[in-house]
Amino acid sequence: MKNALMLCTAALALGASMAAAEEVRVYNWSDYIDEALLEKFEQETGLELVYDVFDSNEVLETKMLAGGSGYDVVVPTGTFLQRQIAAGAFQPLDKSKLSNLDNMWDVISDRTAKYDPENAHAINYMWGTTGLGVNLGKVREVLGEDAPVDSWDLVFKAENMEKLAECGVHFLDAPAEMIPAALNYIGEDPDSHDPEVIAKAEAVYEPVRPFIQKFHSSEYINALANGDICVAVGWSGDVLQARDRAAEADNGVEIGYFAPNEGAQMWFDMMAIPVDAPNPEGAHTFLNFIMDAQNMAAASNYVYYANGNLAAQEFLAEDVITDPAIYPTPAAMDNTYTTTPYPPKVQRVVTRLWTKIKSGT
Amino acid sequence: MRRLTLIAIPYLWLLALFLVPFLIVLKISLSDTAIAIPPYTPTLDLSEGWAGFKAFLSQLDMENFTWLTQDDLYWKAYLSSVRIAFISTILTLIAGYPIAYAMARAAPEWRPTLLMLVILPFWTSFLIRVYAWMGILSNEGLLNSLLIQIGLISEPLTILNTNTAVYIGVVYTYLPFMILPIYSALEKMDDSLLEAAEDLGCSRLQAFWLVTVPLSKQGIIAGCFLVFIPVVGEFVIPSLLGGSGTLMIGKVLFEEFFNNRDWPVASAVAVILLLILIVPIVLFQRNEQKQREAEG
Repeated sequence: MKNALMLCTAALALGASMAAAEEVRVYNWSDYIDEALLEKFEQETGLELVYDVFDSNEVLETKMLAGGSGYDVVVPTGTFLQRQIAAGAFQPLDKSKLSNLDNMWDVISDRTAKYDPENAHAINYMWGTTGLGVNLGKVREVLGEDAPVDSWDLVFKAENMEKLAECGVHFLDAPAEMIPAALNYIGEDPDSHDPEVIAKAEAVYEPVRPFIQKFHSSEYINALANGDICVAVGWSGDVLQARDRAAEADNGVEIGYFAPNEGAQMWFDMMAIPVDAPNPEGAHTFLNFIMDAQNMAAASNYVYYANGNLAAQEFLAEDVITDPAIYPTPAAMDNTYTTTPYPPKVQRVVTRLWTKIKSGT
Repeated sequence: MRRLTLIAIPYLWLLALFLVPFLIVLKISLSDTAIAIPPYTPTLDLSEGWAGFKAFLSQLDMENFTWLTQDDLYWKAYLSSVRIAFISTILTLIAGYPIAYAMARAAPEWRPTLLMLVILPFWTSFLIRVYAWMGILSNEGLLNSLLIQIGLISEPLTILNTNTAVYIGVVYTYLPFMILPIYSALEKMDDSLLEAAEDLGCSRLQAFWLVTVPLSKQGIIAGCFLVFIPVVGEFVIPSLLGGSGTLMIGKVLFEEFFNNRDWPVASAVAVILLLILIVPIVLFQRNEQKQREAEG
């Protein structure tokens, strides 16, 4: 009896380890890859790819901190990555297994090293800015030809928002970006961790809050493309995807993305391997696959986000590499800011403030 | 022995699926948040034996519960949840009672079919049904285009992302939970009682109020509790259909857990929510017991 049991357990354990060796589980942002690449990965490596998506760093972080997520590769944004590394959520990369590491772009690597010293735990997947997605036709109709589409004035001035409310304005439901944006707008340090400074963001939102239809981090892609809303504060590539979908639908909607001239937040989405990944070997294979110049270029050509891969640039489509909304000019890049993670006590202040801004309570 | 097993099963069920999880949540609510896996401290380390356990106990405190009293957000959210649940319950009762009544009055051969129709929506995922309401209620949705087409309104009504949408979603979702117990109470009713009432000079309306409603009281109470209790902690409906102004404790709990990553405070919110719900749950149990005694 006991022997039979042991045999069963052994068989189960064997089965489990065999399954683990064949599968790579990736947890990435929604609308963030060319799906043809997923098939290509399976064909090239013989590994089975399980690909799940999320639309908020907060949800990802909760899974990471709970442990045992079962994923081999996850994609947190830089600030979140930094905190999760501190919590011990990621394993150091085995760079000997990442032959394509030489493809990476030092301009970006230098910046991401701020979150992850020496880029020991993660590689950059894509990066972008947080700015304004604008339905050009409607906004000009409402605000006139000289509408300030490239300025935070568009969404932080009540007189503009009052008129824009008719056609709909969405904001990202991402306090770690929307609070810094407001602070930057009034000339404070967007990366301030001082609760008194952070509190000033409330006054920025208060007059415009009644005119914001919704705070959401993924619905705006479709809403912009369909013409349901006319302005979204959103992520660069997402807005550009909306632009593309509208163009494909040929529905007369013309979308533009603007990194506001007062400064835009620059962020980096990083691929990392959880400390308890079932298949770290396969995870490294996936990272190396992603860092292949042609693969990375294919992903960027599809989702309109810039990547941190220098070798990929020669394979980028003309309208991607030359679009300043995707690859900003060096001067525009200097006009961006980055943030660092909030400590827990300050995080509480930020979330509380965000709840207050959103619900009025 | 057999009797003991029979009694033990529900208690084991309760122990494993309610008491143990509750104690875990309670324990987390007394901890402090930390940047770690899991994101709170202290965690129970049994390797140091009894001393470790004592050290663990000494680190627990009520700080998170004090925090809840200091910010009026939580009380407002609890109150608002109870209010939304209360109004939804009344609305569900108003919508559900006539349906249950009609079902119980229908010819007996029709009743199984009608019962099936009430249960039928459960064959589709709850989430998908709530999503469908987003399509119906949005500004360019089915409802608005229908109303505009028949000329009732000229501008689309803003329903989605408001409390109205939450009420619609809740009443729709929980309607079967109201209909079924009322139906089962009405179905058992003896029709000759109504004839007797009419013979004794009641009008049909009077007979309804004096005979039918009191006899279905147990079903009404059961239905109301079955709706009220889960709606207080409802999260999916307010987050999909409600706007940012919809304040419900389920959403606050979600935010504490996911956005603040503050498991201890989220757990404290959950513990208080349970305490608030214990009152109606105990009342519900009592009602059930009384009913059983009356029948037994």
